[in-house]
Amino acid sequence: MGCTAADVVTALRAAAAVVQEHRDELVRLDQAIGDADHGENMKRGFTALLSRLDAEPPDTPGKVLKLVATTLISTVGGAAGPLYGTAFLRASAAVGDAAELDCDLVARALQGALEGVVARGKAVVGDKTMVDALTPAVTAAASAQGSVAAALSAAADAADEGASSTVPMVARKGRASYLGERSAGHLDPGARSTALLLRAFADAAAKA
Amino acid sequence: MKKIINDPETVVQDALRGMQAAHSDLLTVHYDPAVIVRADGPAQGKVAIISGGGSGHEPLHGGFVGRGMLDAACPGPVFTSPTSDQVLDAVVRTDGGAGALLIVKNYTGDVLNFEMAGELAESEVRSVVIDDDVAVKDSLYTAGRRGVGGTVLLEKIVGAAAERGDDLAACEALSLRVIASVRSMGLALTSCTVPHVGSPSFELADDEMEIGIGIHGEPGRHRVPAGTASEMVSALLEPILEDLPFSSGDRVLLFTNSMGGTPLIELYLAHGIAEQLLADRGIIVERRLVGPYITSLEMQGMSLTLLRLDDEMISLWDAPVHTPALRWGV
Repeated sequence: MGCTAADVVTALRAAAAVVQEHRDELVRLDQAIGDADHGENMKRGFTALLSRLDAEPPDTPGKVLKLVATTLISTVGGAAGPLYGTAFLRASAAVGDAAELDCDLVARALQGALEGVVARGKAVVGDKTMVDALTPAVTAAASAQGSVAAALSAAADAADEGASSTVPMVARKGRASYLGERSAGHLDPGARSTALLLRAFADAAAKA
Repeated sequence: MKKIINDPETVVQDALRGMQAAHSDLLTVHYDPAVIVRADGPAQGKVAIISGGGSGHEPLHGGFVGRGMLDAACPGPVFTSPTSDQVLDAVVRTDGGAGALLIVKNYTGDVLNFEMAGELAESEVRSVVIDDDVAVKDSLYTAGRRGVGGTVLLEKIVGAAAERGDDLAACEALSLRVIASVRSMGLALTSCTVPHVGSPSFELADDEMEIGIGIHGEPGRHRVPAGTASEMVSALLEPILEDLPFSSGDRVLLFTNSMGGTPLIELYLAHGIAEQLLADRGIIVERRLVGPYITSLEMQGMSLTLLRLDDEMISLWDAPVHTPALRWGV
């Protein structure tokens, strides 16, 4: 059973609720090693996304993902806007005009998202960024068998672990890198928000 | 948190409305997306000079929109870079047929959003990234040095060049020359509170100061007991002088900047000490700027910026400028 445009919209609404719920947590994480805006920026982007989804829900999964990309690029600002925007743009390109997403297409969408983030932000694993959560998620999704829910669940588990792995890291990208050694001991807010989004998508897929 | 605001969510647009009301002779504010443009623009045949960044650093950048400086400024949310839509909108609104130069402070978010706007623009756009903060180690392992006080001087000098008719390539080359010749460093005596966060960005004891801060309430290089003004000025000036390095006989512009909460009496006091220290080393202060021009909300503290001048930079610095925050020669 595949995942339709309506299912993708449902998953995004769930993600928007999760972002809203974790807004303060993301602000606190960013306050420790950055500039305290990540939670607020993500909330602003996903709130705008909700109203655009209400106004005119697109009819293919690829078009939904593209709407996410353009909305986040135009509303989030900071580094997260271009990074998440490029991620969703590449995910959209990866699924093309398919009417439904299967396990394989979801894995390819995640792969596209990772390539987009790396191309835009030039970060590698170990730099203490969202790449540390997204990279293992892509690998896990690619080796998952069966349903979309299984692929996303494996991705979300791997992203959680990947996000946790950022705690001892010394940041080499973004504003946290100004702190040098002082950035160690903190969870990276971008890796955390990536893990939160993937968990929301996985939970939505499990319920579908 | 005690601030003169109605709603943390609308601080930037509410402030823009006041700015429009105060300076309608100089600038026009567009709200969706938020872009501040020269009231008398776009000037045909003139390179458009565009900058932008998070809000909370006023008068940077909106206060520098006007004749002889910026054609447009893109204000992001407090301490958050503007989106690429805003930058692209600024490029379109200021297009005089001679291209646009984007002045970008070196922060990951700013660089990414301006870069995307440059890719999307249909007219000719070049960008320069300013990274004058000596407090950050410039290495493969950081996002590189931040753009701070030098940005004000760059916007004034390249703004004057565009105003006199320099083309895009010349404006870009001049910008790179200024960027190569300017260095800054700042310190904080208190933190600041971002309206939508509601609590101070970092904690600083009553008797401590943070050396090497940026302009977003991010912590600095190290924390030391707050000393005398002379000790503070030395703590900023020494790393600046060593870095370029500046040497005896150099002609410079000295910019003593308040982070927002430091009163002018203290700023002039510090400026006087800095002038003396430079004189002792045989460095000739040809021009100066003193005041709150690139701030970090209500933070108490200061930054020093030193620009090594040549004759062309001096004449461009002296050229007429008519903006809300800088005005002379008109």
